[in-house]
Amino acid sequence: MATIFQGLGGGAATATALTNSFDSKKLLLPSSRRSLSERKASFLVVRSDGSVNLNLGSSNARARRVNQLITNAVATKADSSAASAASKPGHELLLYEALREGIEEEMDRDPHVCVMGEDVGHYGGSYKVTRGLADKYGDLRVLDTPIAENSFTGMGIGAAMTGLRPIVEGMNMGFLLLAFNQISNNCGMLHYTSGGQFTIPIVIRGPGGVGRQLGAEHSQRLESYFQSIPGIQMVACSTPYNAKGLMKAAIRSENPVILFEHVLLYNLKERIPDEEYICNLEEAEMVRPGEHVTILTYSRMRYHVMQAAKTLVNKGYDPEVIDIRSLKPFDLHTIGNSVKKTHRVLIVEECMRTGGIGASLTAAITENFHDYLDAPIVCLSSQDVPTPYAGTLEEWTVVQPAQIVTAVEHLCQ
Amino acid sequence: MAAASAFSATKFTQPLPLNTTTSRSHDKHQSFFDPLKTTSSSSSFLGSTRKLRLNSASKFNHLANSNRRSAVVAVSDVVKEKKVKSTTNLLITKEEGLKVYEDMILGRSFEDMCAQMYYRGKMFGFVHLYNGQEAVSSGFIKLLKQEDSVVSTYRDHVHALSKGVPARAVMSELFGKTTGCCRGQGGSMHMFSKEHNLLGGFAFIGEGIPVATGAAFSSKYRREVLKQADCDHVTLAFFGDGTCNNGQFFECLNMAALWKLPIVFVVENNLWAIGMSHLRATSDPEIWKKGPAFGMPGVHVDGMDVLKVREVAKEAIGRARRGEGPTLVECETYRFRGHSLADPDELRDPAEKAHYAARDPITALKKYMIENSLASEAELKAIEKKIDEVLEDAVEFAEESPLPSRSQLLENVFADPRGFGIGPDGQYRCEDPKFTEGTAHV
Repeated sequence: MATIFQGLGGGAATATALTNSFDSKKLLLPSSRRSLSERKASFLVVRSDGSVNLNLGSSNARARRVNQLITNAVATKADSSAASAASKPGHELLLYEALREGIEEEMDRDPHVCVMGEDVGHYGGSYKVTRGLADKYGDLRVLDTPIAENSFTGMGIGAAMTGLRPIVEGMNMGFLLLAFNQISNNCGMLHYTSGGQFTIPIVIRGPGGVGRQLGAEHSQRLESYFQSIPGIQMVACSTPYNAKGLMKAAIRSENPVILFEHVLLYNLKERIPDEEYICNLEEAEMVRPGEHVTILTYSRMRYHVMQAAKTLVNKGYDPEVIDIRSLKPFDLHTIGNSVKKTHRVLIVEECMRTGGIGASLTAAITENFHDYLDAPIVCLSSQDVPTPYAGTLEEWTVVQPAQIVTAVEHLCQ
Repeated sequence: MAAASAFSATKFTQPLPLNTTTSRSHDKHQSFFDPLKTTSSSSSFLGSTRKLRLNSASKFNHLANSNRRSAVVAVSDVVKEKKVKSTTNLLITKEEGLKVYEDMILGRSFEDMCAQMYYRGKMFGFVHLYNGQEAVSSGFIKLLKQEDSVVSTYRDHVHALSKGVPARAVMSELFGKTTGCCRGQGGSMHMFSKEHNLLGGFAFIGEGIPVATGAAFSSKYRREVLKQADCDHVTLAFFGDGTCNNGQFFECLNMAALWKLPIVFVVENNLWAIGMSHLRATSDPEIWKKGPAFGMPGVHVDGMDVLKVREVAKEAIGRARRGEGPTLVECETYRFRGHSLADPDELRDPAEKAHYAARDPITALKKYMIENSLASEAELKAIEKKIDEVLEDAVEFAEESPLPSRSQLLENVFADPRGFGIGPDGQYRCEDPKFTEGTAHV
């Protein structure tokens, strides 16, 4: 399944031509940029409110640039003028390249990091996330597995228990349903069941979500199924910037982390910093500050929300958009602060209605911030239907920007 | 990678095509299953014969027998060779014999004590006892180094003991005390020990096999990627006959053979999966044959005979250590008790049980050691007494150990407790003082 999807936003700007012509120099980490050791010195963690931890000088400029980067990611045309205002130019790349960069940097940094999955090696990954890595690191470090999800995920868990740091790829997230036994019983639970003796620093990642007419089984959103498993963390990336940052954080984390990518976001283009950074796994990302309503979203729906936001702004509304990023656990601080400010919450997600992330989030907000709400929480989710093949039907199963606009108008009456 | 080239020159490896018959060794040390041959040597319990099922439909027997006519005979050659070379004609030294004997006595006594404690209300839940199968655990695990890994199933107490986990730690774990090897959080079916490289204890059958495959993968990775040239750690995966019909078993046989992982798949075929007879569940009940189908040797051994198991284990572990790849070893064994302490064990034929009780591996080893002047009656009795004391001490320790306190509830859910996330006040939940009390809202 190597179909390349257009980036979101309707335009064809991030077309295949771009991906074929990417600069191969960008793939080799240290040569085109400063060395890793230099980069370590300027390590930074960007917090969701744009403030920067640790030791960088131009923190304000960077904070501003972070916000600018995020909004730029919505547009399909690469707008480099904002980025060039910053002190360091950074480099432009597509989301799947950002993921790869994250993996590669971590594999360089720690020889225990390895990749396993179907077609991750010689084929380069069905979405090109691991392209070139097998040539660089060899067939054992970038392992092409047979088609046995349950067993190779379990193998990854056993390897993690004995000192390695594997990244297990589900070619499509839906395939990981076959690995549910291992993910639930072993991945999540063994640290506790062994009394803390064994850690399982595994990263399980893969593309999920509704694509372009892929049919029901290739359009699944497993975040709702996995969220109850104790002992795991779940994050969803949505921009090249946070994709790389979350990937690196997930690899470094001692906890098992499931990283949800989206089939339609792999060709998003963005300019990201040259120097090393990670994104905090437990934090949400402030996409657009506002006053009237809090819109909580993640993954692809962020772009539908931002599109709706443009319309809303024209109509005089001021939505605050937060990409929750951390699906388990929820960042109740960022979310709470927003609720306390706007008093209205709209959740926009691609998960199914029943038992989805939105359902859990609604419960968490009601439990913690009930007093601050002026209206009931509205949750827009995908329909509880198996995703149909036909384009029109598929469009109606997921939340569209028009629905978001209507919901906000309704909420703000 | 061509599976055929995975075979090395050692005798162990070549699986023969089904229609080949080779001359059988009449050696009393023959260790492959042959119901047609009866060796009744009185001084050695090494002749293994029994019908697969005493009163089964003759059709099954016939089918099984006709398949068995062409067997992998390589093991007997190995054993014969070894026998010719050894000057003493014995399969074990005194020291080794005593070590193995002590281990089997420990296993048996421990399990008997477990039954006692369970009925006295000291341990709860599902408890699966290993009585009768000690030869497999002692035969294999006593050959391992501390750095080698063992993965087991829910019938894991004796594997833990053989691997070196102290009896005190296992008993405490069973009592649910905080001094247990898993702090009381695992229980009977989840014995883990990082120090002794016991990677579990799994409740679902088959789910430990991929974990074992991963441990073997780590070993290979260390040797080839991390360049730790002396890393030759081997992993043993123990599981039963019921598991051999499960997908994870086959998937891991494939991967292990494909990548020549240093792993030995040890099947403890005790013929019963709770109340499901192996013959009723399996199209071809000869599990060892499934090894060659994936490109690894498959060996069948009498699992009631610790010396035979040891010989096979030496070869299989040696193969793995040398980097020659995995082996599938089917140990024909029997559990004297029910599936678990909750199993009334009414389905199994008493004649079958009596047949195997007569081949108790501990009695057999004792007889062998005495008849071959490896040990005296007194020495063996001394071992038994010592083990009794170890167990008494273990029970006492477990009784006196404290139960886990509330503070243990939320620890160890995450290796990095920041995984509980950020609370409404902006603090990580694990920084909440109530977190260590176990009462924090997460």
